[in-house]
Amino acid sequence: MSIEAPVGIVLVSHSGPVATAVAALAQGLAGGGGTAPVAAAGGTPDGGLGTSSELIAAAAASVDRGAGVAILVDLGSAVLTVKAMLAEGDELPPEARLVDAPFVEGAVAALVTASAGGDLDAVEAAASEAYQYRKQ
Amino acid sequence: MLDTAFFVRWLTATAAAVERDADLLTELDSAIGDADHGSNLQRGFRAVTASLGEEPPATPGAALTLAGRRLISTVGGASGPLYGTLLRRTGKALGDAAEVSPAQLAEALRTGVAAVAQLGGAKAGDKTMLDALEPAVEALGSAPPPDGSSSFPAAARAAAEGALATVPLQAHKGRASYLGERSIGHQDPGATSSALLIAALAEAAEADGEVSE
Repeated sequence: MSIEAPVGIVLVSHSGPVATAVAALAQGLAGGGGTAPVAAAGGTPDGGLGTSSELIAAAAASVDRGAGVAILVDLGSAVLTVKAMLAEGDELPPEARLVDAPFVEGAVAALVTASAGGDLDAVEAAASEAYQYRKQ
Repeated sequence: MLDTAFFVRWLTATAAAVERDADLLTELDSAIGDADHGSNLQRGFRAVTASLGEEPPATPGAALTLAGRRLISTVGGASGPLYGTLLRRTGKALGDAAEVSPAQLAEALRTGVAAVAQLGGAKAGDKTMLDALEPAVEALGSAPPPDGSSSFPAAARAAAEGALATVPLQAHKGRASYLGERSIGHQDPGATSSALLIAALAEAAEADGEVSE
């Protein structure tokens, strides 16, 4: 729970630019450039639309500080690929978790919470809570 | 009994079928999906074929888990984790036996298909690959026909019929579900590729000659 070992955030999108932009947005809104590590895993390695388990595994490894990794996903194959990787058991850090949250709003909530020193449960709760905010 | 060579033949035959019908799969996917099913599976099964050549598996289970891992890491679309889970779970269910019986394969495939249903949250009738896989597993698990032939051709027929039966269905899963009623009248690409997978299984069994229970 200490700030020295923040939860890592991974953003998995079908699109590289979407994942990168949402990571930048979350960092901007988390303030101070963001204390917790966040990594984008969008699109395929060759820049196409889709999901790459290799990019996801690399992103998760890059943000893992030992306090857990919260993975947020957008659509279809992003959801299924992360679930399949978690089921495999050895492709993601031991404390990696798929967080059920809206992609953009959840990413901001997750990064703000992780940067404030929240643990994995707190990060997950904050990201999922973003579903409760109705826009109309 | 079915040995490792049988499973390599099955996967190789699937890869060949995907190459042959990639355009058809993409065409079906362009009607109700995002028009990449053929090319995605082509990329995945090419990687599977390459891996089978580079690191020949020692057991039937290892052949299927290797293929499953490669599909998840290379396909890029939802069919990657779905087919990857199907083959990997089936492979894990076979354990490390050097040879398996057709009945053991049928049971392991049932486990794999159940894992696919759980992963995708789909059920038969949702216009997905399950509409081909479930009847195929049923046919494979049934008692072999009394005329002495094996259950594999019956499974291939059941899968093909299941794929065809998706035409009048409305999609409830994946990209096609956004089309609502407009998804009706198109054959599901995933069920179609699943029928190819099971047809390749029958092909591998046929090449094996007499497959005894």
